Amino acid sequence: MPSSMGPRRRAVGLAMAVAIGASLTGGAALGQGGSVVMLSTQLAPEAEAQKMRDQILGGFAGSVDFVTADPGSVLIDTVRVEAQAGSGEVSLLGGLHGELSTLGAEGLLMDLSDVVADLDVSPGLLELGKLGTDQQLYIPWMQATYVMVARRDALEHLPAGADINALTWAQVTEWGANLQAATGERLLGFPAGADGLIHRFFQGFAYPAFTGGVNTHFADASGVAMWEWLKETWQYVNPQSTTYGFMQEPLLSGEVAVAWDHTARLIEALRTSPDDFVAFPVPAGPEGRAFMPVVAGLAIPATAPDPEGAKAVIRHLLDPATQGITLQQVSFFPVVTSEVQAELDAGTQAELDAVSAQISAADALPALLPIGLADQGGAYNDVFKSALAQIIVEGGDPATVLAGLAPTLQGIFDATGAPCWSPDPPSDGPCQVGTGG
Amino acid sequence: MTRAHTLETPPTTPARALDGPPVPEGPPPPRRKHTWRRLGNQALWYAAAIVLALFIALPIYLIFVSAVTPEADRYTYPKAIVPSALSFENISFFLRASGVVDAFWRSCIVGIITIVLALGIGAPAGYAIARYVFRGRDAYRLVILATRAFPVVILSIPLAVLYRQVGINDSVLGVALMHTTLALPFTVLITSSVFVSIPRDLEEAAQTLGCSPAQAFRRISLPLALPGLTAAAIFTWVLSWNDVFAAAILTLRNPTLPARILSSLTQAPLHFQFAAAFVMLVPSLVVIFIIRRYLLGLWGRVVK
Amino acid sequence: MTKRRNLAPWLLVLPSALYLAVFFATPMAQSFALALQDSAGSWSLESVQLMLGDPDFGRAVSATLTLLVLVIPIQLALALAMAIVINKRLRGTSLWLYCYALPLAISELAAGIVWVSIFTQRGWLNSILQSLGILDRGVIWMSGESYWMLIGIIVVAEAWRATSIMMIILVAGLQSIPDEYLEAAEVYGASLWQRIRRVILPMLRPSLQVALILRVILAIQVFATAVALAGTGLTVMSQQALDWANDIDNDNVAAAWAGLMLVISLTATVGILWLLPVREEQRQ
Repeated sequence: MPSSMGPRRRAVGLAMAVAIGASLTGGAALGQGGSVVMLSTQLAPEAEAQKMRDQILGGFAGSVDFVTADPGSVLIDTVRVEAQAGSGEVSLLGGLHGELSTLGAEGLLMDLSDVVADLDVSPGLLELGKLGTDQQLYIPWMQATYVMVARRDALEHLPAGADINALTWAQVTEWGANLQAATGERLLGFPAGADGLIHRFFQGFAYPAFTGGVNTHFADASGVAMWEWLKETWQYVNPQSTTYGFMQEPLLSGEVAVAWDHTARLIEALRTSPDDFVAFPVPAGPEGRAFMPVVAGLAIPATAPDPEGAKAVIRHLLDPATQGITLQQVSFFPVVTSEVQAELDAGTQAELDAVSAQISAADALPALLPIGLADQGGAYNDVFKSALAQIIVEGGDPATVLAGLAPTLQGIFDATGAPCWSPDPPSDGPCQVGTGG
Repeated sequence: MTRAHTLETPPTTPARALDGPPVPEGPPPPRRKHTWRRLGNQALWYAAAIVLALFIALPIYLIFVSAVTPEADRYTYPKAIVPSALSFENISFFLRASGVVDAFWRSCIVGIITIVLALGIGAPAGYAIARYVFRGRDAYRLVILATRAFPVVILSIPLAVLYRQVGINDSVLGVALMHTTLALPFTVLITSSVFVSIPRDLEEAAQTLGCSPAQAFRRISLPLALPGLTAAAIFTWVLSWNDVFAAAILTLRNPTLPARILSSLTQAPLHFQFAAAFVMLVPSLVVIFIIRRYLLGLWGRVVK
Repeated sequence: MTKRRNLAPWLLVLPSALYLAVFFATPMAQSFALALQDSAGSWSLESVQLMLGDPDFGRAVSATLTLLVLVIPIQLALALAMAIVINKRLRGTSLWLYCYALPLAISELAAGIVWVSIFTQRGWLNSILQSLGILDRGVIWMSGESYWMLIGIIVVAEAWRATSIMMIILVAGLQSIPDEYLEAAEVYGASLWQRIRRVILPMLRPSLQVALILRVILAIQVFATAVALAGTGLTVMSQQALDWANDIDNDNVAAAWAGLMLVISLTATVGILWLLPVREEQRQ
């Protein structure tokens, strides 16, 4: 729904479109014509983008102009603006499932069914890329998730009888208490800073693990219980957590001994000193071992000037060898079924083992990234960040705070018409926020 | 910014000392004695100067050490205030990151366009404020100061739409136009104080000797004002160089250096951030050194 | 002042006025219009209500104003101290001036990172205090749980970053006070404090006025140092405006925040003009 774009977003999208056009004409003049423009919300941080250009795309026969889009709405707006203009410069998109499903729902993506035969992408993930249609609107590209990492010397303070690969969140609280008793410091850590992904902790981990859902239990008794648990646990959480973006940093500096974060934001700790750190699956709550798989996909916009070139890039990126390089370089995990041949460093191997254990756990409870929120994704995340600020930072009463935020959350669903997504039960019409704690 | 009246009204007429105390009259003051107390006093002043200087300089030194800490010492704690070795790997990683060099040049070009525009438009206004009393002068001064009261970020949003309409979005020109808006208040106030410091008597004398007003300006005032105007230009450049938020909104594929740093390095590990902060700091160390002699002239006449 | 050329000042001021009309007044008016529209583009107070109903509204306004009230007097005192030291013409005056003026050209972004390196738990301040044996264990300065600690460290960082501009204005003002005044006061035994209160401050009034207006306006827009040092531990008005513009993608509410900041800035400016009136003959 292009009409919902703010004027600035349109401007940004158009700026992007124009800029890419300008760079292409400039590029052609320099004899670099014919390069495929790939716009991606993934691998946007500098170090990752660099590895994408040099290592991952390095083996591709043609030339690719890898442009990062941050924040993610830039990608959506650029495609919309190009669609309105009737022609575009971007041939290939790299984005999260949620971002691509927004574009797919607006009919802005090409059907890629003809490419599928050349690839061996895992069927379950391929199904995601159909977005509920009979067309292949995006091809899964790589996946990631969130795991736990701890300093090895913190393991001796685990609660008695606890199994590191099958912890519960309650045991984490106890672990934090033990660590504080032993060292005098609050050594648990969460990425609750301005650049941190703490909202995903609520959406894909804490809420599902404690309530079995997210939005349908937002402010009900089980939702309140989750926040009560977090409030108790926060006594053992480093109070500087409100400034942490990536947890690898405080783990390495020793400010934190046990942390939850995105695999790509922990890898540096495991790589720098693999002997000092262990990666392990996320703990379970009363409703299961909830985790959020992150699937990134590749799609071709309907206005792509070079769809064939883009398909060649897709084949390259989905080649098991390239998937191996991707894992090795940026720690995003493969989506192909065949064995990926890659020499992994100890850190990546540790993460891979933790992720495998997490996915195959008996009580595994996958929770999806938000779907169907279109440009309200940021507002949705903001509700969870506000809850954290009011309950943990300000010390507010969970039931009161959540009841106060529930109408905002409901407003987002009503505005976008987004139905509930797993693990919330599917809904006809907009998702209904659970209240009445 | 001092008006000429301080010169015209010598301090021997205490009645004109506005709100100030009347200068005591009476017997001539006793001659100063160089006593120990006086030396002690002097030492206290130096101590104060040093404490204030340390407050400013120490953080700069510490970020330098943070930026050159070798990888091996990156996470040692407590940190050593004198680095064991100098390592430029952080800084060179930062400089090698794709686009940083382009962004650096872009920042320079934006700065130069901003100087030309801001001085070209602002200096005449500064001259008018310095030399003429006209209706609305005070209102104009206030309005121009008030332009700083509106958050830059939000000003950039409607501008982005305007730029799209005229086709200068994501361009150095677009950013420079915005930076000119940001710099104009300073340019006008600073240039007016520069012109105030040039006695108008000289210009008038030239005119009585047959120069036209324009000639008088070109031959007399302009050469005298040149150092001050240069300093004003450099100050304008600094404002442009340091703007993050306008540039972050108005550019995408063609960011200026700070916008580039904001978009990628806020997500980078701390040691790269330290390197980036240090690299951003270096030009200011150099620029302030170059214009230090004119700094005071920027904001008012140095009487002595 | 001469009658026959009374058109000249207007012509000289005209280009800057036109420029500001296009590049400042127009976007500002558009921004106000945005603030008074809902996201569908029809006139309403919805965006203002959304701003007022934002759970972070009270936090952001109170933190920004608290910072303002604390940082301005501290900066004034520091700037005055620096200006008086400079005016003492100790040996190496230009070196002292260089040093005190350094932060003038340091960007907000860099300043934030500089102070993070100092205040983070395994940072410079704790390193130094522990090495000297003053502390056994590092203090968590950037703790999201101690509001006043966060306010305190942001005030320190802002005092470091943004005092120079005040200092420069005050030094310039001080130099226009004839030496004889100060010397006379000194010779007749006025203490330093008496000289500051009775001679320096009154005579500096025009400089003080400009310096205060400028600093107050900029302090209301405090951003990068606060975000770097406090993270989500507290929030300021600029951050809310930027969040609404970028993350939440609602330019209307962002514009409402901008309007609020402008109103506060103008109120403060009028307040300063009223508290520190400058007579025409004293105007610089």
